[in-house]
Amino acid sequence: MEQHSDTFLENASKALGNKAQADIRDLLGLFTPLLRNAAVDNFEHFEALRHHVKRVRQHSLDNLDHYLATYEQQALKNGNRVHFANSGDDLNSIVLDICQQHNAQRIAKGKSMITEETGLNDFLQRANLDVMETDLGEYIIQQAGETPSHIVGPALHKSADEVRQLFLQKHDLGERELDNTEDIVGEARQILREHFLKAQVGIIGANALVAEDGYSMLVTNEGNGDLCANLPPVLIICTSVERILPRAEDATAMLRLLVRSATGQSQTCYTSFYSGPRREQDVDGPLETHIVLLDNRRTEILASDYREMLQCIRCGACLNHCPIYNSVGGHAYGSVYMGPMGSVLTPLLSSLEESNALPNACTSCGRCAEVCPAEIPLPDLLRDLRHQETVEKITAPRWRIGLKLHTWLARNPRLYHWLTGVGIHLLHLAGRKRGSFRKLPLAGGWTSQRDFPTPQGKTFMQQYRAQRKQS
Amino acid sequence: MDTNPLDNASPGHGPVVALFVTCLADLLRPSVAFNSIKLLEQTGCRVVVPLQQTCCGQPAYNSGDYESIIPLAKQLIAALEPADYVVIPSGSCAGMICHHYPQLLDGDWRDRALQVAAKTFEITSFLSDILPIKRGHRAAIKLPSVTYHDSCAGLRELGIKEQPRQLLQELCDTELSELPQTEVCCGFGGTFCAKMPEISAKMVHDKVHSAQTTGATILAGGDLGCLLNIAGRARREGVDLEVRHITELLCGDLDGPAIGEGE
Ligand code: SF4
Repeated sequence: MEQHSDTFLENASKALGNKAQADIRDLLGLFTPLLRNAAVDNFEHFEALRHHVKRVRQHSLDNLDHYLATYEQQALKNGNRVHFANSGDDLNSIVLDICQQHNAQRIAKGKSMITEETGLNDFLQRANLDVMETDLGEYIIQQAGETPSHIVGPALHKSADEVRQLFLQKHDLGERELDNTEDIVGEARQILREHFLKAQVGIIGANALVAEDGYSMLVTNEGNGDLCANLPPVLIICTSVERILPRAEDATAMLRLLVRSATGQSQTCYTSFYSGPRREQDVDGPLETHIVLLDNRRTEILASDYREMLQCIRCGACLNHCPIYNSVGGHAYGSVYMGPMGSVLTPLLSSLEESNALPNACTSCGRCAEVCPAEIPLPDLLRDLRHQETVEKITAPRWRIGLKLHTWLARNPRLYHWLTGVGIHLLHLAGRKRGSFRKLPLAGGWTSQRDFPTPQGKTFMQQYRAQRKQS
Repeated sequence: MDTNPLDNASPGHGPVVALFVTCLADLLRPSVAFNSIKLLEQTGCRVVVPLQQTCCGQPAYNSGDYESIIPLAKQLIAALEPADYVVIPSGSCAGMICHHYPQLLDGDWRDRALQVAAKTFEITSFLSDILPIKRGHRAAIKLPSVTYHDSCAGLRELGIKEQPRQLLQELCDTELSELPQTEVCCGFGGTFCAKMPEISAKMVHDKVHSAQTTGATILAGGDLGCLLNIAGRARREGVDLEVRHITELLCGDLDGPAIGEGE
């Protein structure tokens, strides 16, 4: 997708001004953590499993070469074709080639963040293919011409009424009310079913790749992934290299964390393992299957100080618990990935220069790291990115130099105490009556939104030094 | 220079506690430091305030300038390490010293940082977990109703949750009503609030209004950063909320103006 993270602050400002959307976000910010916490509290093994899965993920990443090779071997044995895509463009071209080889016109797509990352839909549509998203949330935003606002619930920002209006406008189905969610969902189902039956290629993502047997695992709540995978004659699975896990039981262990962290369920409605094309004795399934594995700088990340980010299992819990995500919503980030995980990933996948605001969209409150099932130290990684911004002089000079000056002064206690003593005393005299300042030079960021409380009097150090002299 | 830290310690036989005042208390709210000394002395500690202290370096550190705060960290470690304990009236500064200094430094200095970290405590946790303060024969301090704001660093880096509430119960006579979504950040975040003021404003607006729903007269907390943010926003919105540091409540020091209030 096109990236707009360079205008994060403007995007955020716009989002904050939209009252109806802000109300939806407030509600989500309240409920999604409650759902997750209830699910985690009811599952006594969560902490132990979290620790275990993190180690498995780290082990898989440490031995990525080995497990990818094993996976490829097994997948080939199962009759799949395996492609490696270095960049997003590579993935898009590989997929288009496959579609064109089969003269495919209609594509049924399951939810896949990887294809969002590479902008596959636009690419295929430019080649005149008819691509339809079949996950309800993805379908809604596709109809609305929007991008996902959340990695798990792409259309969470839309109210039922907005969806109703959208369907009435987009679906040429004559007079109808659509005044309840059942009817709205029913209408989407009807349209999607027709598309499934006519599609010549199905495209899905994967939550995990199992090295030992060459299977890929996908979880959905609507079952649309299975229809994409089994009805069209050709199946393409688009995913990225770091989804690899050694064994099937590792994938199911990860799954137990994933669903609880994502939606607060104990199990998703559909969990599928795909082995490969239809075998002789099978009654259905695709005739041909492809697996496209995207790198897109992931091996670079693996070799960097940010490698822990590759442990991410895309549950979205860090988004749901992030006060900044909940304030401004996913679109403000201007990227496929949003919230804490997105603020780490986006600069790594694109450029820090362009997305330099994102690592600063963090109060270091630590709530994301507290809930992250992959135990990724998100606030530390974000601060490390800010460090990189400082080193590369991307940080605005007034901050970089201002803070250096402050630190320098702090290293000279006598001077610091004397200077602050003079300054604070003056501030106290100027503001003691009112108790706070509405405006203060050099503190425009602060006073644009809140008063600056007046200092109580002399500084503590002044008073303390004076006391000591007396005694 | 304080060569011997005991030089300026208060008299007695108890353990020597170095108070790290924090820059915000030093500059904006000295009563927090004076009340901290009072509370620590009530537990029998001998309190010293090393004069080589200024700021722990969080503003630069959180903005990503790791290099320039290394000498500052060393200076503060050297100033604090002679004491038996280090006590700080702030969760985020205590978190900085306990968790971030050791990560930042190498070799010998890391060891020294770890040794200081092991004896450094946020004040409510020190007064509850290390040298519990007891009311004894003193009368409980009568307070209007209170709600407590958990600072993120205190809560998540140091596990401070029950301690301030227990202390209020032990020393004061008050009704505590909890904030809805008390685990959600108030939007301060150090330089965040100045770098992204609009987003921060939404967060602190929410916090001020949840405080109002509790019906409490006083909002107390253990971190001046949050409290200045909340009080400043309440003032801007014209919301009547008395914002105070927990040490002021525990000493019954309510005569002076609350944070952001005029004389
Ligand atoms: S960073 Fe952690 S919490 Fe966020 S999406 Fe990834 S696994 Fe989930």
